[in-house]
Amino acid sequence: MDMNEIKEIFFQECEEQLAELESGLLKMNDGDRDPETVNAVFRAVHSIKGGAGAFGLDDLVSFAHVFETTLDCVRSNKLEPTHDVLKVMLRAADVLADLTNAARDGGSVDSARSAGLVRELEALATGEAPPAAAPAVAAPAPAPVAATPTDDSGFQPIPFSFDAFDDEPATPRFAITFKPRRDLYSKGNDAALLLRDLSRLGEMSINCDMDALPPLDEMDPEEAYFSWTIELSTDKGEDAIRSVFEFAEWDCDLDVTAQAEQAAPTGEEPPMVPVPFDLSLLDEGGASEAKAPESVVAAAVAAAETASNVTQLAGAAARQEKREAPAAAPAAAAAAANAAQNAAAGQTIRVDLDRVDRLINLVGELVINQAMLSQSVIENDANGTSTINMGLEELQQLTREIQDSVMAIRAQPVKPVFQRMSRIVREVADMVGKQIRLVTEGENTEVDKTVIDKLAEPLTHMIRNAVDHGIETPEKRIAAGKNPEGTVKLTAKHRSGRIVIELVDDGAGINRERVRQKAIDNDLIAADANLSDEEIDNLIFMPGFSTADKISDISGRGVGMDVVKRSIQALGGRISISSKPGHGSTFTMSLPLTLAVLDGMVVTVAGQTLVVPLTAIVETLQPEAQNIHSFGSNQRLISIRNSFCPLVDVGRILNFRGTQANPVEGVALLVESEGGGQRALMVDAIQGQRQVVIKSLEANYTHVPGIAAATILGDGRVALILDVDAVVSASRGQSLKPEMSLAVAG
Amino acid sequence: MSYAIKNLVQGSRELIAFRIGDQEFCVNIMSVREIRGWTQATPLPHAPPFVMGVINLRGAVLPIVDLSFRLGLGQAEPTARHVIIVAQVRNKTVGLLVEAVSDILTVTDENIQPTPEISTDHEKQYARGILAIDKRMICLIELEGLFPETESEAA
Repeated sequence: MDMNEIKEIFFQECEEQLAELESGLLKMNDGDRDPETVNAVFRAVHSIKGGAGAFGLDDLVSFAHVFETTLDCVRSNKLEPTHDVLKVMLRAADVLADLTNAARDGGSVDSARSAGLVRELEALATGEAPPAAAPAVAAPAPAPVAATPTDDSGFQPIPFSFDAFDDEPATPRFAITFKPRRDLYSKGNDAALLLRDLSRLGEMSINCDMDALPPLDEMDPEEAYFSWTIELSTDKGEDAIRSVFEFAEWDCDLDVTAQAEQAAPTGEEPPMVPVPFDLSLLDEGGASEAKAPESVVAAAVAAAETASNVTQLAGAAARQEKREAPAAAPAAAAAAANAAQNAAAGQTIRVDLDRVDRLINLVGELVINQAMLSQSVIENDANGTSTINMGLEELQQLTREIQDSVMAIRAQPVKPVFQRMSRIVREVADMVGKQIRLVTEGENTEVDKTVIDKLAEPLTHMIRNAVDHGIETPEKRIAAGKNPEGTVKLTAKHRSGRIVIELVDDGAGINRERVRQKAIDNDLIAADANLSDEEIDNLIFMPGFSTADKISDISGRGVGMDVVKRSIQALGGRISISSKPGHGSTFTMSLPLTLAVLDGMVVTVAGQTLVVPLTAIVETLQPEAQNIHSFGSNQRLISIRNSFCPLVDVGRILNFRGTQANPVEGVALLVESEGGGQRALMVDAIQGQRQVVIKSLEANYTHVPGIAAATILGDGRVALILDVDAVVSASRGQSLKPEMSLAVAG
Repeated sequence: MSYAIKNLVQGSRELIAFRIGDQEFCVNIMSVREIRGWTQATPLPHAPPFVMGVINLRGAVLPIVDLSFRLGLGQAEPTARHVIIVAQVRNKTVGLLVEAVSDILTVTDENIQPTPEISTDHEKQYARGILAIDKRMICLIELEGLFPETESEAA
């Protein structure tokens, strides 16, 4: 593994940490005061800082450090996490993400923005902190940096600057405790050599602690019994000291502390001054702890720090908030233990997507083969022996379980995309001076990874639109009698084997007059065209609408919505809009889950086998002649319990046959569409219910109207999965003809 | 891969020849993934007439194009003897129904004659040249021209 790969892993981890950071901050913003949430946020920033330090990403380190310092004030209850504070922190999280991206892709970051946030963060830390700590943080950046060398996970970058002491002639002194573990020796390191290296840094006095040395007959020759306390005067800095132990740091307990008289100018009681807990805690954990994943170590460190904070609280109960210290201490320890456990539970591995795809394809084949096997056993041996049947049944269960778990690998919650949106809302709202709250729902709804990846772009576009054009300025909202703070709501849910994502704003809605006028001006519609409200709303998806000049002058919507529609369609999805003037607009996107299993009703239509998603079907019924009524020229309705429901011949609408089939000879599937309308879909026969693997038609072909996807049946043939919503809207008179030319049409 | 193709273009290249009716055609072997027998395809609604439907290719849904119809040579009546050439056209995999695969040819650029003047726009779309080999005339087809990229705009 070369350096770049390691770096890549670090950046991937950063992404996770950033997501964790943002979700934690948002939780706090919603009033979550659980110390574990604060700790999680702190840990995220801390891990990024640690990793960044190891790779020498100085910008990232210094920003993360300031951020961490402020977060630590929150953690130690010196700073109340109000909405204003969290607003700054959320923006800081954005900058941290930008810095990470810049470090990865080599881009640059608006330095004015990050510098501004550094000032804001420092102001927060100093503003609320006890006066004693104030000079430390108010000093230029290097000073607070000097106050934090507690990280013994080894990643501490230590940009320990001694600029502040330049005017002091005295050489800085350090107290070092060095306690090797047996691993140090077993790896070929020698404490004596390390100490000799250390002595080259400056004047050194050394004291060997032999208390742990057992009587000779109890001695294990491979064990490490000695430890040393060292006092070192050096101007090389803590960095140099730690670098001496660079290759041994995992195998020893090392504590480097700047001596009190030197530390004094940087602040008397800095929030993160090293505490003896570090050592004792690591001692208990033994050697293995040091090698544990960084998150666990971080958790342990956090635990130590939490514990120390609690103890400080107990000591200074008079000025701090009242807490029962003895009770709180074990509680904090337990919380930290929990955190460590959570970190373990949420462990992930990164796998190349191609490998997962291959696995999914293979499992799909397995399912089909298993179905084929069952079928042929039933056909060839009607009263087959019970052992074969039992074996088959077991095989079926196993395959289904394998299939479910394999599918779950690719399925991911939409959460990360939704989280990214909260950042966009913040940024755009800041830019246009509006107060907007993003509410998300159903963010744990799982979709295939490919869908998630492609979802971000259209969503970003729509969110920007909603904030920029949809929601009014606070003044206008107050004038209209609304809450000055606008709300954008983003929801995700499963429906009919698809995922439905809804974006609702409570803004002014579409200004239909202007949209209409714009469309007339751009020759999209005739000046005297008679359009319904719905049709006018949908004009904003027309390509000509966004290429026009003065786009942003439209108070309604319309910036690049054709692009949004296209990218949704590219995913095999649909988008629709409904708007209420004065009350806001709702965009509804319905997307396929691409790679997932689907419970379907297998039916026959005009000699073809089709699959109808089970979730869409309300009930099935056998139509009787007296219940079928003609309506208009060629419509038919079926009466079901005194209500009339339109009959839709699936074979006819898919162009499989030229004339309508006789409903009495077929079966009707009562379905409910996204729009809420009920239809009776006529099919020739029902074959049965089955779980099918969804196969994309778009991968090699193109979107087929009326068809959601394809699947492969037990006999190895392809069956099409019906897009119930499209069929229902087609039955409303909208044509099912392709909206696009076929990829292979030429 | 691109290096290999480049080499082939500069020097000699390998082509797969196949028959439709009484005419012979060929395509670059680099775009051919496999050759398999005909299986009944599942028809697609609203598909253009030359798209015969889709078949299952080891778990992937593969559209089958009646190449005869696409080239304007009339609709094919597929039999068990017909052959499907599985070809990669840009990022999609397509099955081409042909009557039979006849040859694998190794040719150099000098063997390829330009498309005759009489050809219509339709033929110019896909025909990249003519090969004369053993008194046979083989038309070199460029699949990308046969299935132009429209989806980037449409989809």
